[in-house]
This record gives sequence, C-alpha cells and structure tokens, in this order.
Amino acid sequence: MALLKSSKVIYCLGNISPSLGVLSTRNSSWWGGVQMGPPDPILGVTEAFKKDTNPKKMNLGVGAYRDDQGKPFVLSCVRKAEAIIAAKQLDKEYLPIGGLAEFSKACAQLALGPENEVLKSSRSVTVQTISGTGSLRIGANFLARFHPGPHDVYLPKPSWGNHTPIFRDAGMQLKAYRYYEPSTCGFDFKGALDDISKIPEQSIILLHACAHNPTGVDPRPEQWKEIADIVKKRNLLVFFDMAYQGFASGDIDRDAWAVRHFIENGHNIVLSQSFAKNMGLYGERVGGFTVVCKDAEEAKRVESQLKILIRPIYSNPPVNGARIAATILNTPELRSLWLEEVHGMANRIIKMREQLVAGLKKNGSSHNWQHVIDQIGMFCFTGLKPEQVERLTKEFSVYMTKDGRISMAGVTSGNVGYLADAIHAVTK
Amino acid sequence: LKKQKKNRSAFCLRGSQISITPHNSLSVPQAAPVAVFKLTQDFNNDQFPNKVNLGVGAYRTDEGQPWVLPVVKKVEKIIVHDDRLNHEYLPILGLPEFRSSASKIVLGDNSPAILENRVGAVQCLGGTGALKIGAEFLRRFYNGSNNTKTPIYVSAPTWENHNAVFSSAGFEDVRPYRYWDAEKRGLDLAGFLGDLESCPEHSVFVLHACAHNPTGTDPTQEQWKQIAEVMMRRKLFAFFDSAYQGFASGSLEKDAWAVRYFVSSGFEMFCAQSFSKNFGLYNERVGNLTVVARDADNLKRVLSQMEKVVRITWSNPPSQGARIVTITLTSPELFSEWQENVKTMANRVLLMRSQLKAKLQALGTPGTWDHITDQIGMFSFTGLNPKQVEYLVKEKHIYLMASGRINMCGLTTKNIDYVAESIHEAVTKVQ
Repeated sequence: MALLKSSKVIYCLGNISPSLGVLSTRNSSWWGGVQMGPPDPILGVTEAFKKDTNPKKMNLGVGAYRDDQGKPFVLSCVRKAEAIIAAKQLDKEYLPIGGLAEFSKACAQLALGPENEVLKSSRSVTVQTISGTGSLRIGANFLARFHPGPHDVYLPKPSWGNHTPIFRDAGMQLKAYRYYEPSTCGFDFKGALDDISKIPEQSIILLHACAHNPTGVDPRPEQWKEIADIVKKRNLLVFFDMAYQGFASGDIDRDAWAVRHFIENGHNIVLSQSFAKNMGLYGERVGGFTVVCKDAEEAKRVESQLKILIRPIYSNPPVNGARIAATILNTPELRSLWLEEVHGMANRIIKMREQLVAGLKKNGSSHNWQHVIDQIGMFCFTGLKPEQVERLTKEFSVYMTKDGRISMAGVTSGNVGYLADAIHAVTK
Repeated sequence: LKKQKKNRSAFCLRGSQISITPHNSLSVPQAAPVAVFKLTQDFNNDQFPNKVNLGVGAYRTDEGQPWVLPVVKKVEKIIVHDDRLNHEYLPILGLPEFRSSASKIVLGDNSPAILENRVGAVQCLGGTGALKIGAEFLRRFYNGSNNTKTPIYVSAPTWENHNAVFSSAGFEDVRPYRYWDAEKRGLDLAGFLGDLESCPEHSVFVLHACAHNPTGTDPTQEQWKQIAEVMMRRKLFAFFDSAYQGFASGSLEKDAWAVRYFVSSGFEMFCAQSFSKNFGLYNERVGNLTVVARDADNLKRVLSQMEKVVRITWSNPPSQGARIVTITLTSPELFSEWQENVKTMANRVLLMRSQLKAKLQALGTPGTWDHITDQIGMFSFTGLNPKQVEYLVKEKHIYLMASGRINMCGLTTKNIDYVAESIHEAVTKVQ
C-alpha cells in the first residue's frame, strides 16, 4: 500500500519537478540542479582584492573606513567602552527579542534628537537589529505583512545594490524614481520631484537620509523640504535608510536633519539605522529599526508584531556591539569622544576628495572632477564606465564596484597619487 | 500569514480619509507574546519569596545564577587585550576557522566526510539562525525550485519556534511526526517509524540530535538505526537540530552519535548547531549550519547559494561569539577546559534529576518517576497536565510551561524539596 502511494506521489511530483528524475540513483546529489551563485557585487570585490598579489593594489569596494595608513580603524571610544564593559563582568543571558533596551532607546534618540515629541509621547518603537541589512529586512518583512497600501517600494535611481534583493525577497515590488543625473554627477531634483509626484498614493518611498549610497549626492535642505511636501501630497509611506549618520558632514544632528524634518512635517516614518560605519562596529552587527506610529498604543501593537517577525529569523540579537554602542551613547565623555572621532573620519575623507581632484588636475585631466568634492560621505560616484572600471582593476589593481563607485575611505595620502594616475590613465 | 486582501482595500480608502499616514490603527493587531518569555516575565513580576523559575532554557548554577563559563571569561580577556583584533566585517559565510572547527565538533575531527572535502558550513545567529538559513535554502533548492508545498515534519511535540522558522521561510505544510507517547512517557517509536513510512517521499524531517526539546527523550542507538534505514530508503531529508551537544551526557562524542551515524550512512544532510547552551553564549548568537553534501562540487554550489540568502537576511554574522568559540576549540588547553566546564553543567543537571526522582519516590507521589532520570538534557517532560501546571504556577509560584516541561537547571539543592513537595501536592490534589 505504501509502495503504491509513493509511486503515485513520484508521478505527481515528477510532473511538477523534472529534476526528480535525477534523484533516482543513490549516488546522485540533492543539489545537482543548484547553480553556482554569482559573487556578491559589493562584498565580492573584497574577495577578488584579497587574491591579488600586486603590492600597489587598492580596495575601494566595500564601504569600510580606513585610516591614513590604510588600516582598519578601531575608535578609541569603542576601546574604552569595551574596557568598561569587560570590568562589569556581565552575564550572557539572552537579550529580549527586541534587543538591549538601553541601546534601542539611545539609538532612537540619536536619530530623532532626545527632545523629539515622538520620543516624549512614546509613539515610536525601536528594535535592535542585525546592523543596517537586518533592519531593512525586518522593515521589509513588516511592510509585506502589514502595509495597507500598494506593496511597491520606490528606490532612488541608483541605490545600494542590496536594497532590491532584500525587498524583493520579502515579497515587495521594486520601482524607481529619478535621482542621480549622470551629466552633472549631481542630484536630478526636477526629475525626482516629477517622478515622485506620479507615485500612486500610499506606496512606499525609500530615501537615503544622508551620504547617498552609491552616489554621495544628497538633496540640500530646501530640496528636502520640497520632497517632503510632495511626498505628503502623495500620501506615501517614507522609509528612511540612515547608514552614515555623522559620516556625511561630520555632524550627527546635521546628518539627521532630513529625518527630523519629515517627522516634524507630519510623516510617520520607518527608519533603518546602522552603526557599522559611524562607530566602526561593522562585524558586531549593530543597528536599529524604528516605526513612528500615531500613538503609544499603536507603537505597542507594532512592537509585538516586530517580535513575531524577528523570532523565526534569529530569536534575539547579539549583545556585544549593542552594549558598546549604548555605553558610548550614554556615557558623556565617551559620547563626546565619539563625536570627535566621527568628525575626524569625515574630515579625512573630505581631504582625500580634495587631494584626488588636485592629483587629477596635476595629471592634466581634461575632465571636470568637481563632483568628487561635492559628493558627500564615504562614496564617490566617479562617472567611470564599466570598461574603464575593468581596466582600473585589471591594469592597476584598483578594486571598486562596476557602477564606478569608489569608497573614499580606502584612499590614503600614500595612495591617492597612484589612484589619480590610474583614473587619468583610463579616462584620458 | 494570509494577506488580508479585503481589509487592505478598505484601509486604502480609510487611510486617505482619516490620517496623513497609511498606517491605520486597525491594520496592526496586537500579537500574543511568545509563551516562554511571558512565563519569565510573570516570574519576574512575582513577589513570592520562594518562587522558582523552571521555564526558559538557560543553565543556572546551584545558586540559581547564570553561569559565564570560566573558559569563556579567560578567552574574552584574551580578545580584549589583543590589539591585532578589530571589528571589521566577517565574510558573508562567517569566520572560516569557526565554521570548520564547529563542524568538526559535531562530525568528529576524522569524519570521512570532512576528509573527503564534502563538508561545509555557514556561521549563523544561534541555532535559530542556522535553521533559518537551512530552511530558506531548502525552500528555494531542495526538490526543484519551489518547495513551498514540500512537507516539513517536526516532532510532536517540538521546540515551539521550529514551526515558525519553517513557515516563515515559505513552507506551507509543516506537519507533526509522532514522537512522544504521553501514556507510557517515552518515545512513540512505532508512530515515528509509521510516519516515516507513510509520509510523501522527499519530505524533510527535523531531527533533534540529542536532548530532545521539550521531552528530553531521545531514540536509542538501535532506534536511530531504524529511523535512518527508513529515511534512506524513502529518500527523506535529514535536518538535524543540535542545540545541546555535550550538555546532554557530558560527552561531545556521545551526544553527536546520531548525527555521525547518519553521515556514515551516506546521507546528504544539514545540521543546525547552537553554541548558546554548551558555551553559555546565549546572547552572542553563535551558531553553525553544517552542510554535508555528496561531493565538493555540490557543496560549493550549495554554499554559494546560501551566501545569497545570508546577504539579504543579515549580510554577515556577528564576530564576538564566533571568536570566543574558535579560540577555545583551536587551543588544546582551552578545549580541555571547555569540556570540563560542559561536564560541570551536565553533571549538575544529572544530579538534580536523580534527586528529584528520589524525593518524589520518597514522598510516595503517585505515578512512576523513572522518566525524570531516563530523560536527558536540560528539559524534562514531567507528565503533569495543564491543570496541575496551573496549580503549580498559581498556588505554588513554580513557573513551568503549560506542556509540563521543566528546565532542570532551575532546580537547586535549596529549592528541590519545595518543588518535589509541590509536585506531590499538584498530583494528589489536582486531576
């Protein structure tokens, strides 16, 4: 009887899945039909870089800050926080699903400002997440389950490469609004407003809070105001991605200006934050996801649902990075030190931008490289074409993403000259 | 999880009439709290001086305190003083030395599969994270490209999050396989084998490697052999969940016997490993998804696709916990020390088991209590019914799961008399 049943099942399944034929022999693998996945477009750059033996090689791929010696930079405030934490001899008990409460609170205050009415009326919820990616993923899952409007997420063109697969995997549809203007290497303000004004009501619009990735092109405050107005007119749900607070201008309040303006303007936003870059806590995976609600009661309901989404992914988040971040944010001397160090990192990048342009000019480049200085944050959208990028990698061992994005954080006073030479060579 | 299509269109209208934002207060209902955490919350709020928490699964010392393993304290000091270490991103699949040493722990250093280069791993966020990545991969690739209808079998009962992990990964058909025989308070082997024989071919079975949660009842080696035989013959997929290796018997090898047997039988399989309990690293989220494939080429392709899943879930895993485990496992001295720490925990649990049984027998509590010492690991399925459980919680301030599951680690030499007496009361007074 069992045999009859199973052969029926095979027949049925066989019609659905041709690969079942492969499974008939004992020595075959379940995974015979699994294709080799392509290397990650961003993280894959580092893998390729590691394999290169050229002593002059430069990794300008992933956005990880380097000091002027090209070394990873562990912030002093982080080391100090770690020492404080170590001395406390804390236990290792599970965190709540929503994470370390002192962290979530400080995280929200950092973004919104401690005096923000939203925080005072407890009408938001912030959960600790697995850095920015984890935050976006939880956000995407939340919207997929609860967003009452169209499940279309509008991304700026271009956006961080991982936005699309994250939202898509959560079941959302991806659309775009104009953002980057290649002819100026700047902001296509008119195009953005035009596109946004046509987005169907109640759709979701994703905005980079500051230091747009990959272009480094940010709207000016007056432009943000107009965007906020039109977004309000269209009744869109705003999803802010803030991965570089502090990194853009060197000032955390200035970098959060757009987020705060939108809230003041009446938008109940959702917000992803990352502490990978601004605290150098990349591998500790520190982030937050915030939902601004209409009142405290709604915030409680939303919180309960976020926990339901988190639990089947990883149960509860890792403590180490969150504790470091909370200690820094909540200890006045460490917080001051942190603000100085973030300022320092931002300044070094600004200096490298200036030196790169100076180097290109010195080489006699006929192109306009002003955008390298105008662009903000860790990245520079060089404007280089894929063939030029390929030449940079193959001939000069300069590694970057195919879209022409370079991480200025990987440039040092020691190699900026080489970079200027290489870029000039492929663009002259 | 059904999309509330009807409601959505109503809310679209309502949304634009009522408020600026699309959030409508009707569209996000309050979710019920996760039972085990609610239990701890209630315990924390209880003012009764002799209250006992036998709920959530974390080890406690005889003083009822959490225990940071001495070897972990040692290694953390090493890490904090090592200036060469930084906080850079780990690779997407995690710290390479962690992945390989963790896989060796469960499969054995000299596992033929490892020597044949057909074992790989993904560092994940705890055992939950490992289950998640495995589940997401299976849903995409297991039997064709869309496995939403492939049955996933989890034991009846099982850890309450198993269901949610697989259903949130997109599996629509998560079913129980017979496991716990409530009457005889043991394994329902006939039922288990029956379900293995009658399930659709190619079904996925989530197997507890040892110290079954919540029953504490494991198949014997002979029984595992029978289970493996049916699974191989009927082409069923083995997805092991190993959250208590070392914790169950005190011996890493003994607790990994079933997993290793399946590997030696030729299965391609997954094993989700957690280091939360055996390293006491609960909040660092240290887990490993060990993948055993037919050969290196299949393995490579599988890992490359798992990488894509990881990238859209958490990008790359947290480094602290993985570092602690790696340093420990790769140093002979620290490794020995760790094994001793694990034995300390396992032995305390064994002691509490034997003492609880002895006291219940001495009290003449009706029923047989052999299952307390027959069962293995952190948990015991007492056999108490929901009414008796309620009695214990409400009248005696002893907190345990409605299923009758108790965490043996919540017992101490100081509270064991009170607990034994209370169980006696519950059993004699409440039917």
